[in-house]
Amino acid sequence: MSEVAALPTRKDEDFRYSDIDALGTLWPVAREEIAVADGAEDTLQIVLDDSEAIARHIAISVGKGATFDLRVLSAGPTYGRIALDVTLAEDADFTLGAAQLATGTETLEIVTDVHHTGPNATSAQVVRTVLADHATGTYLGRIAVARGADGTDAEQSVRAMLLDRTATANARPELEIFADDVKAAHGCAVGELDADGLFYLMSRGLPPAEAKRLMLQAFIAEAFTGAPDEEALSEAALVRLGTLVETGL
Amino acid sequence: MTMLKIDNLQANVADKPILKGLSLEINPGEIHAIMGPNGAGKSTLGYTLGGRPGYEVTGGSVEFAGQNLLDLEPHERAAAGLFLGFQYPVEIPGVSFVQFLREAANAQRKGRGEEPYSGGEFLKLAKEKAGLLKMDMDMLKRAVNVGFSGGEKKRAEMVQMGILDPKLAILDETDSGLDIDALRICGEGINSIMRAPDKAVLLITHYQRLLDYVKPDFVHVLAGGRIVKSGGPELAHQLEDEGYEAVVA
Repeated sequence: MSEVAALPTRKDEDFRYSDIDALGTLWPVAREEIAVADGAEDTLQIVLDDSEAIARHIAISVGKGATFDLRVLSAGPTYGRIALDVTLAEDADFTLGAAQLATGTETLEIVTDVHHTGPNATSAQVVRTVLADHATGTYLGRIAVARGADGTDAEQSVRAMLLDRTATANARPELEIFADDVKAAHGCAVGELDADGLFYLMSRGLPPAEAKRLMLQAFIAEAFTGAPDEEALSEAALVRLGTLVETGL
Repeated sequence: MTMLKIDNLQANVADKPILKGLSLEINPGEIHAIMGPNGAGKSTLGYTLGGRPGYEVTGGSVEFAGQNLLDLEPHERAAAGLFLGFQYPVEIPGVSFVQFLREAANAQRKGRGEEPYSGGEFLKLAKEKAGLLKMDMDMLKRAVNVGFSGGEKKRAEMVQMGILDPKLAILDETDSGLDIDALRICGEGINSIMRAPDKAVLLITHYQRLLDYVKPDFVHVLAGGRIVKSGGPELAHQLEDEGYEAVVA
């Protein structure tokens, strides 16, 4: 996926759920390049906690036997888009853990295109989205396993939680496999907070907002498990979750 | 002063009348048992008093410690000193017992204008109450009820009751799913936590066996959404010997 010079329209699959007006103010989006050398280990944390619209397009090349750990907390922009093109060489490993937390009329999206080009590489994307009010949250995740990339192990876990029925979650997993002996697991679910769980917590004395916040904290936890700065990410997410449960309808 | 005064309580679940004019008074220092056949409305009584959404009060009144209980949200009922022991405690993945209980206990204390527990104070309290129920503290560090056996869940309910230190405990079939040893441990737990001149218990049960450990002062028979008979502990034995049908008729 490369972002073309002309402003995309919603007919473009990768921009189907985008806020095109907001994107227009940011267009064209410069492509950032990250290259992880063979055998190297690198990490990156992206925290979007400002309300300003933002779009980033990052191409990541993970060398032979190298690892790249990327964590994204998208919690604040009126429009926030993170598009990733990831290419994995032999034995490379890529992890994306992301949480998108939106309310009001915010539109947040993460689009990933993960290419397994060499054998025995591993990739995992864990994406958790929490949406209140009229917010929209989207995750489009494509995994392509090239001919010869045998022994690939690719995994996607995508879950969204709607705090209000007026919010919208979009999720589209896509697998394209041209190799043998490939493990590709993906799970996708959109739901609401468990009413029995909420009542249980409230019956012990937690006010409704606290009970929701606690359950949502647990819901997004997996996105940041094992992150180099797990605690800071979780803390920042918690603050935003507090806002979401209070601004929800 | 009466602790709980239920007067002519009527409640619907999914528009179907379940409680049809139930009256009951409980004074401090008393233990009451409510027994009754399946479908009599026993669990509905517990949930209605706890304020569970979907349990709609259509008539009557409930006064608890001088307040109109029905005006209070579930968490406010807890802060006022009401504890509801669940027949089926809810599993909440990702939320640890210790974290949740400390937040719940402190939310209750805040509601009463008391100082919150420090981390150390709380752990000491939790350890003491877990010990009372012969429960390993490590279990309380796990996610709420997740992977607990039926008996462990019920013991964990009693540990929560010990920590939250309520004025009135409504225990819905705490004895179901317990083996003989766990039944004795839970029974002793109830006695040591709740047998006090300023506390009271409402036990909801099918069977006499829990009452061998927690001796009730009063036994009531609930049938068709009303209390149809009240008596002393001997009534429980009579029910066990003769069955509900004979006693209610």
